[in-house]
Amino acid sequence: MGAYWGLTTLDLLGKLDALDSNEVIQWIMKCQHESGGFAGNIGHDPHLLYTLSAVQVLALFDKLNVLDADKVANYISGLQNEDGSFSGDEWGEVDSRFSYLAICCLSILHRLDKMNVEKAVNYIASCKNVDGGFGCTPGGESHAGQIFCCVGALAITGSLHHVDKDLLGWWLCERQVKSGGLNGRPEKLPDVCYSWWVLSSLIMIDRVHWINKDKLVKFILNCQDTENGGISDRPEDAVDVFHTYFGVAGLSLLEYPGLKAIDPAHALPVDVVNRIFFQK
Amino acid sequence: MDAEEHKLPLSQNPEWADVTPIPQDDGPNPVVPIAYKPEFIETMDYFRAVYKANEFSLRALQLTHQAILLNPGNYTVWHFRRLILDALGIDLNEELEFMSGISENNPKNYQIWHHRRWIAEKLGTDVASKELDFTKRMLFLDAKNYHAWSYRQWVLQTLGGWENELNYCHQLLEEDVFNNSAWNQRYFVVTGSPLLGGLEAMRESEVKYTVEAILPSPENESPWRYLRGLYKNDPKSWISDPQVSSVCLKVLSAKANHVFALSTLLDLLSHGFQANQEFKDAVDSLRPSNSDPPDSDLAKAICSILRHVDPMRVNYWTWRKNKLPLSV
Repeated sequence: MGAYWGLTTLDLLGKLDALDSNEVIQWIMKCQHESGGFAGNIGHDPHLLYTLSAVQVLALFDKLNVLDADKVANYISGLQNEDGSFSGDEWGEVDSRFSYLAICCLSILHRLDKMNVEKAVNYIASCKNVDGGFGCTPGGESHAGQIFCCVGALAITGSLHHVDKDLLGWWLCERQVKSGGLNGRPEKLPDVCYSWWVLSSLIMIDRVHWINKDKLVKFILNCQDTENGGISDRPEDAVDVFHTYFGVAGLSLLEYPGLKAIDPAHALPVDVVNRIFFQK
Repeated sequence: MDAEEHKLPLSQNPEWADVTPIPQDDGPNPVVPIAYKPEFIETMDYFRAVYKANEFSLRALQLTHQAILLNPGNYTVWHFRRLILDALGIDLNEELEFMSGISENNPKNYQIWHHRRWIAEKLGTDVASKELDFTKRMLFLDAKNYHAWSYRQWVLQTLGGWENELNYCHQLLEEDVFNNSAWNQRYFVVTGSPLLGGLEAMRESEVKYTVEAILPSPENESPWRYLRGLYKNDPKSWISDPQVSSVCLKVLSAKANHVFALSTLLDLLSHGFQANQEFKDAVDSLRPSNSDPPDSDLAKAICSILRHVDPMRVNYWTWRKNKLPLSV
């Protein structure tokens, strides 16, 4: 997963060739389990989280052809439960995040027909709250990260009619605080990672103009370590690859100059997504 | 059974002499080499050996304990621990105790919460109150811990224990009325508790409760949204209930922190609420002196004020204004 964050950031910056793609691909393929799923490292157990990251990184390098797509798709569809939800691994933790991982991954692999999309969509819709947001399971509190997952999954499956766009759009733009940064829930501190979760959701429901973009750009840039590079969660904190990715991806969504455009649903550069869906 | 603090390294421990450790295979040129500590490397090397051999033994259980202390995020270790617990028929109440110790240091670790759920599911309804107490302790440390709330909702739905839940929500809101998680839980209880009779039965008392929470802190987003949620699928009652419009009026008359009161009144008007002169006067008195000429339409006047008092979302309020039907 760290590899996905780092590599997508490099690609958005137009610097993907800074790494040897063959080495990365070899390592990723060694993380594949006999079930078809991918693990976080060689010899570990597979999980949907790492499976999507692996597929995303292969897509970045235009190397999806090294995969046995049906095998990966079988692993993913095997994790769907009777009620349409997904477990993250064979041990069964259920969360609407996993629905997104499964749907995004199968979409990239052109294998959405391998799962029950209708049931999956209904499960996600059941996680919707009266504030317009979505939680991890039915009744769970609305949270920007979960909202990204649910809206992303609904966008990919052409099911955005389940979203009350005006209500959710308002909830999401209420996440912008005085400093210009975004939080993930009411009364929480702003954090650069929500630039991604909130912005991508707003773009998918066509409401991104409801926030103050200039103030958000300033907030993200203020979280930059101008001497050593990298971006942190909020100004003056230590930088890490996770927040660097979310900061750069957020700036990309804000059409900041010098960055490639990123697809808000698949979380991959737009040229990569176009290559997947329009050149087959 | 717990790991002792000072003990021999596994490689010198006679109890482990029969096991050949298996080092990690990162391939010849690891992409992201990680600098592990020697103790971590040794523990994981022995873990791989027992894991590969499917060794379900007490010493393997103890080894998973060590491995978990070194890295509680490794779900392979947790998974293997469950296999051992199952195979050896260990008393899961003990396991629950073991878990409580680790959880407080790792309150946001997914594996720990998942493992706990696995145990509680096996122990059944007997542990409902124990588990509610446990999440209460975790929420005492961080009242918005998403994992703890998610687990608590699962316990209520699966094992029961709804009796005091509304009280608990009240207690948390007394401590911090801005706690959105507690408001969310309140909605979960009011709509889901088998003991309360459902949303409609609870509406009257809940509206009263919410209005009392709004008045001292009208800038608090959560109760306003909760109030709207109490009329889910019933906009008619929402518009006609005088408690809703009057809380708006009271906040407007106090002339401070009135963004949510204005937006709620705007929503009411958009749904057909007929405002009397009192509302018009209250809104008019909030109009900034240097603003455009007064809007004859009340909803438009509200949007203009909101554009002024909530400049961060000026585009949203402009959109709301443009969406309003033309006044006759």
